[in-house]
Amino acid sequence: MELFKYTAAQLHQKLVSKEISATELTQNVLARMDAVENDVKSYITETRDSALAQAKAVDTKISQGQDISVLAGVPGALKDNMCTKGVTTTCASQILANFVPPYDATVVEKLRAEDAVVVGKANMDEFAMGGSTENSSFFPTHNPWDLSTVPGGSSGGSAAAVAAGEAIWALGSDTGGSIRQPASYCGLVGMKPTYGRVSRYGLVAYASSLDQIGPITRDVTDCAHVLNSICGYDAKDSTSINAGVPDYTKSLVNNIKGLKIGLPREYFASGMDPEVERAINKAIEQLVALGAEYKEISMPHTEYALSAYYMLAPAEASSNLARYDGVSFGQRVEGSDIVDMYKKTRSEFLGAEVKRRIMLGTYALSAGYHDAYYLKALKVRTLVKQDFDKAFENLDVIITPTAPTTAFKIGEKTNDPLAMYLQDVCTIPVNLAGVPAVSIPCGFAGGMPIGLQIIAKPLGEETLIRTAYTFEQNNDYHKGFAPLGGVK
Amino acid sequence: MKITCKDVADVALLSRLEFSEKELETFTGQMDAILEYAEVLNKVNVDNVEPTAHVLPLKNVMRKDEARPSLARELALSNAPEQEDGYFKVPKIMEG
Repeated sequence: MELFKYTAAQLHQKLVSKEISATELTQNVLARMDAVENDVKSYITETRDSALAQAKAVDTKISQGQDISVLAGVPGALKDNMCTKGVTTTCASQILANFVPPYDATVVEKLRAEDAVVVGKANMDEFAMGGSTENSSFFPTHNPWDLSTVPGGSSGGSAAAVAAGEAIWALGSDTGGSIRQPASYCGLVGMKPTYGRVSRYGLVAYASSLDQIGPITRDVTDCAHVLNSICGYDAKDSTSINAGVPDYTKSLVNNIKGLKIGLPREYFASGMDPEVERAINKAIEQLVALGAEYKEISMPHTEYALSAYYMLAPAEASSNLARYDGVSFGQRVEGSDIVDMYKKTRSEFLGAEVKRRIMLGTYALSAGYHDAYYLKALKVRTLVKQDFDKAFENLDVIITPTAPTTAFKIGEKTNDPLAMYLQDVCTIPVNLAGVPAVSIPCGFAGGMPIGLQIIAKPLGEETLIRTAYTFEQNNDYHKGFAPLGGVK
Repeated sequence: MKITCKDVADVALLSRLEFSEKELETFTGQMDAILEYAEVLNKVNVDNVEPTAHVLPLKNVMRKDEARPSLARELALSNAPEQEDGYFKVPKIMEG
């Protein structure tokens, strides 16, 4: 039985009705990993033994008649930038190749408390810098819909694992689109919650004012379940929002009558694949037929968001990544004195894209350029955020494509960093504004999935779930399973 | 050119990174393209616009200054490339 093709909510029913055991389920997913991992390469580290132990513990609870949570006994993947006590956490970087965290990230603690099974740590762009997972210092991950294409990134391993049946659900992190864009490329549901909704404690920092953890799942129902498990205030993250967490499954309602949708014309600019545009327009027509109203709007600072982001994120990264100095953890190369050791260690073990962003950020923050680049970008960020504030005065959601194209070929953009950055053009403004957004499947172009991005106001995750669920229930784009086709 | 090889070499020193001549050239070209792209920011009027470093209306988040359990010393040192007598060990910092 291909249990690996089901959703977490479906598998939970099978577990509580004792149709299957958690051990069988985990073994089924591990067998799937045996069959396809060589082609897909989703995982940096597999945690088979602890996964089976977790599954066994859930079986004991079920046999004792205890209540279990929806994720209990259901195998999932964690992006390898979330600290797992006793399990290597590399960020896909050579500099952390030997790093074994002495503590769990808050999201990992929460998942453990629910008895979720973790089968592995997923591949990613090194330190989450990239949009294709080709920047992993270990190996690239392949898109299960066509193995010759990228799965997106930076949470590409998380998305590929879920699409290939090597995990039922996954966590990713999103600084400029790193959950939504791979979800889009792999035909999945990926949500970046409101900044502060999910604790970042134990998430290895890239750009702290933008980073946010969120779920990658096969459907909107599972998205709501995973959100329920990971959201909430955490005293260990001073930027987490101290507000109650609703039960997101209550928003799984097939009704959007009266929903006010805005379509920002700046997001439908040049460079977009016409088939992507057609799919988005068709989705809007459908949402209108289901009772929503839409109007075209203008968000005039959209065109500046990408430039602002590529000053701000590297600036924050240059500061955050100063800690990789060979002193307290990670790899070290000996040097003649301490500065020489820093230089040799960092030069040897950090990858090209990471170095590029550290350099760019250091430049943007350096004396003489700070006001022209960094401060200017912070002010432009204010304007981008005001575009959203203004739009949400009269709207419930904003809808855009998630990415301008479907997944591109492996190697196609590796020599042109700027072309790679342009794939984030629709997702980046959302991080700058701190608002929540979800990508859901809305069609195919040449057999490859297309993603629809729905954006809501801060703490508007319930509106996102309701809108996404309604669209999903009236379509079947999420039902197809990736064929693992194409030539690797 | 927005940026020269020498600028990039200076930034490399600040970043504690070393590059070969060839790498320096590649980086200079790529950083130049990105900075050129960022020039679009100069088209925006930001007079009287406050910067946004952070989207949440949070100021200093304080807690009571009370001792509480923390990571055990041996765990904190467990990933150290080199340690001695319960301390992280690094190469010589000062002359003499």
